[in-house]
Amino acid sequence: MTLEVTVPEVQLSGVSKHYRDGPAVLHNIDLTIAKGEFVSLIGPSGCGKSTVLKLISGLTSPSSGTILVDGMTPKNARETISYIFQDATLLPWRTVRRNVALGMELEGTSGDRREAKTSELLELVGLREVSGAFPRELSGGMKMRVSIARALTTNPRLLLMDEPFGALDEMSRDRLNEELLRIRAEQKWTAVFVTHSVAEAVFLSTRIVILAAKPGRVQTMISVDWPQPRTASLRSMPLFEELTSDVSRALREARSE
Amino acid sequence: MNIRQTLIAGANSLSVFAALVALWQLVLWIFRVPAYMLPSPWAVARAVDARLPSLAIAFAITGEEALGGLLASIAAGVGIALIFAQSRWIRRMLYPYTLLLQTVPIVAIAPLILMWVGSGTASVTLIAFIISLAPVIANTTQGLVSVEENMVHLFLMHNASSMQLLFKLRLPHAVPSLFVGIRIASGIAVIGAITGELYAGSSRVGEGGLGYSILYASSQLQTDYLFALVLAATVLGFSFFFLVMFFEWYFLHRWHESARKPEVE
Repeated sequence: MTLEVTVPEVQLSGVSKHYRDGPAVLHNIDLTIAKGEFVSLIGPSGCGKSTVLKLISGLTSPSSGTILVDGMTPKNARETISYIFQDATLLPWRTVRRNVALGMELEGTSGDRREAKTSELLELVGLREVSGAFPRELSGGMKMRVSIARALTTNPRLLLMDEPFGALDEMSRDRLNEELLRIRAEQKWTAVFVTHSVAEAVFLSTRIVILAAKPGRVQTMISVDWPQPRTASLRSMPLFEELTSDVSRALREARSE
Repeated sequence: MNIRQTLIAGANSLSVFAALVALWQLVLWIFRVPAYMLPSPWAVARAVDARLPSLAIAFAITGEEALGGLLASIAAGVGIALIFAQSRWIRRMLYPYTLLLQTVPIVAIAPLILMWVGSGTASVTLIAFIISLAPVIANTTQGLVSVEENMVHLFLMHNASSMQLLFKLRLPHAVPSLFVGIRIASGIAVIGAITGELYAGSSRVGEGGLGYSILYASSQLQTDYLFALVLAATVLGFSFFFLVMFFEWYFLHRWHESARKPEVE
């Protein structure tokens, strides 16, 4: 047995959260995410899965318990975290190119490096041709690509995604799922991904955390031990069906309690 | 709108104008209205032609006062809105006073301003400024504080400073609302300047802006010139409206949904 010396990317110990005097949103969450994992959080509405992301990012603080990101407090670890929201959160007065550069601009990256990195990421997400367009001219899927490119410009080690493809049609969603995995194969970040879609969770994740509601808590976890890289053809394999029904069953149990 | 449609719309507007003028002339003939009560369209046109230089001067003076008041409102309004945007507490404390600006009747404070500042352009500009300030403050503040929470979170995740939040997020986000405020303020500034001139008209007898000249023409029973002045006041109001529309279009048309083209719909 080897001695475990690697610091986990994310560690939540006994984390509870309630707002003011309201009921608990999250109750006693223990969750450790190792470096390189792709963890999906799935559960009925009101289970606090988005709150988990807010806590990991330090946008909100736990009522009790501790959260460590790469051994640091969330706020101190912010430079290594990127957050992708459900809406693309693009600045409508900026072109695609300048939207992608926003994160680096705020963090004070020098102009030359910013330009180079922006071009590199526009290329990576396939938006080079529309770099001069404004967000209102883009489809939902393209807006989300801009958002992903912006998140990756600051070389995050941890990517937090809050239902990023929830508002897209199934075709765009499937394509972006595949692209996300392609990019991940090159960049090796750790991901925490909130979703409503069982199929999406199964396709993307190395581990799926199923949460129950009222109060939000971990119901069960399911590992997805599939070889990388994953391709679109996985979706039609029997194993995929099997895992999807496993997760669906666990979700039903979480809901009925 | 293509060129053909524009031409048709223009022709339609012109025929409405022609119909109104015809109706005006008809009323004169049927009711035999004396010229000092209602001059004929022809007499008004002659008055415009004969007194074009003094009309132009009156137009320029009032235009300058209204523009001065409007620009001051934009500068002060944005400044005050930036302070208001800092906290809900500040807004609650100071917002009632902007309502005061809006509700105090200008005719009531005009004599005071006249007493303090003296007659002439300066006090008229001040009056135009005071009554056009509130809509700029209210709309800009609304724009500054109505930024989506996730946008703020995005900035926080990149360790944005409060200055970056203000100048790269809140202020650009507020520009469409600012223009709504400016559009309202521009109309009020023109009315304010004309009303102001009724009180604080001119420092020289016989020479002043549209409001002052209207007062003067009515006292002299020069009804045809009075009509010409009213016409000029309307043109001034329209000019401001189109000027603001143009700037709004210029700054917003590339990214904002509601930016309208400078055309009457």
